[in-house]
Amino acid sequence: MILRGGGLTVRYPGVAQAALCGVSVGLGRGELVAIVGPNGSGKTTLLRALVGSARLDAGQVEVEGRPLADWSARALAQVAAVVTQREDILFPLTVRETVELGRYARLGSLAEPGAIDARAVDDAMDRADVRGLATRRTDTLSGGEWQRVRIARALAQEPRVLLLDEPTAALDIRHEMEVFELVRRLAGEGIGTLLVTHHLNLAARYADRLVLLDHGAVVAEGPPAQVLTPDVVSPVFEWRVAVTSWCDGAPQIVPLKPGE
Amino acid sequence: MRNRWPWLLALTLVSLVLGLALGATRIPPSAIWLGLRDASADAAPVVRQLRLPRVLLGFLVGGGLAVSGAVLQALVRNPLADPFVLGISGGATLGAVAAISAGLTNPWGVPFAAFAGAVLTLVLVYRLSLVAGRRLDSGVLLLAGVVVSSFAMALVTAILMLVDATRVQNSFRWMLGGLWAGSWTTVGMVAAYGSVPLIVLMVRARDLDLLALGEEQARHLGADPERVKRLAYLATGFLTAVAVATSGAIGFVGLLVPHAVRRLWGPLHRALLPSVFLAGGGFLVLADAIARSIAPPVELPVGVVTALVGVPFFALLLKRRLA
Repeated sequence: MILRGGGLTVRYPGVAQAALCGVSVGLGRGELVAIVGPNGSGKTTLLRALVGSARLDAGQVEVEGRPLADWSARALAQVAAVVTQREDILFPLTVRETVELGRYARLGSLAEPGAIDARAVDDAMDRADVRGLATRRTDTLSGGEWQRVRIARALAQEPRVLLLDEPTAALDIRHEMEVFELVRRLAGEGIGTLLVTHHLNLAARYADRLVLLDHGAVVAEGPPAQVLTPDVVSPVFEWRVAVTSWCDGAPQIVPLKPGE
Repeated sequence: MRNRWPWLLALTLVSLVLGLALGATRIPPSAIWLGLRDASADAAPVVRQLRLPRVLLGFLVGGGLAVSGAVLQALVRNPLADPFVLGISGGATLGAVAAISAGLTNPWGVPFAAFAGAVLTLVLVYRLSLVAGRRLDSGVLLLAGVVVSSFAMALVTAILMLVDATRVQNSFRWMLGGLWAGSWTTVGMVAAYGSVPLIVLMVRARDLDLLALGEEQARHLGADPERVKRLAYLATGFLTAVAVATSGAIGFVGLLVPHAVRRLWGPLHRALLPSVFLAGGGFLVLADAIARSIAPPVELPVGVVTALVGVPFFALLLKRRLA
């Protein structure tokens, strides 16, 4: 296990119910795990808890077998990259400069980026398909382009774990599929990838495992076919669904109209 | 204008020459050069004892305020922040006015009291911002700055009501800000106290790039936001304190110069901070030269000139941005 969270409990001040209640998840090398669940089920909180952004009331996180608290921000950034749900731009940089920020954790405070860094940046931009945008300013990008630039920045960190929080929320079909394809490929290269998504059907086709959350707790976990059954999904999302199967064998959810 | 350094060095040079040449009496560049090299030249006393320390003080203060503004804008993630949002000028004013009202005549006395007031404010605002917990909250920091500054200014008003007219006049003169206190002593003070925070900020420049993205994002990219925030706050606070102590709260340098430099050459701090230092220094020296020479022997407060030049320039920047 490259990333493991055990018994994670997070309470937000002034809210009676815990946002996360004793959740345990693990992520192996080269594994693609999707966190799914209704709005407010604790998906983002889980992701934030796993990288130390949310204060834990109980439980612990281990990265490569070492407690998260033992990692400096700098050391952690060389192992784990995070693409958060949103990020507003205060002082716009060029796309290339933005991706170069991913190298900072590996640079001395006075050292200039070298050939290795330049190669890593080029490579990251190629993989996220933003090389053509290199000289564009980030405040002129479309939502999809900006999202891919942020993924490129995460890849420039050369992480062994990648955590993405709804990376396709603002994307059209092509760009959404490209992100899922990219994430699948990265997992194939050995990067453990954790993906928070609302897209059950794509998660079912791309992820090795699904973790279904509801009210801050894990309702079901396992291969998509095991998690995405009407008996499990309907009560969690409070809507009746049917499950069919796509030709690749992945279960596909069809929300039912009233009376169907 | 792709390569910034020739432009910035030219600005520095031109501002230094004009700063030495302009004033109640104009000195041609050849005489300045002679005065700098030869202590017995006619222009030597004016150039060496009056103009040179004043120009150097202006350059250091302008550069310091501009760097301080640039860093604070990243720290509180607000492009409208300037070095005085954290209330340091209020504390410095209280220190200076208290010293003047107490009849302190030692030339070190007033700047030292202002510096003490500024550092006291710095510590107080910092402590207040940590009240909520171990985290330094940028929003609370701004609020604490406003509150502490208001408190200091209330005390200033109370003091001014109680002392005699000359001391009130001297206090107001100080409060308007200006470089008339420029002497080798004040230059030494600014250089000594200002260099450490400047070096610290330059070394930490990359962390400031990350902090400008937001705290969570900064941590994901390898910076420790708490440490960077504390360091940036203390360094800018110290830099502002020493600037205000020697020349009062000169406005607009810390707000405008970082904006202009970012617009011209981008916001990455490794190059931004030294650029902003040179541009801020050059800008303030030029503004002071104008303030001295526009209606001699009357000297306009330099803050009036920075505002008169700065505001239209700012309007132009905003207009270009919207276009």
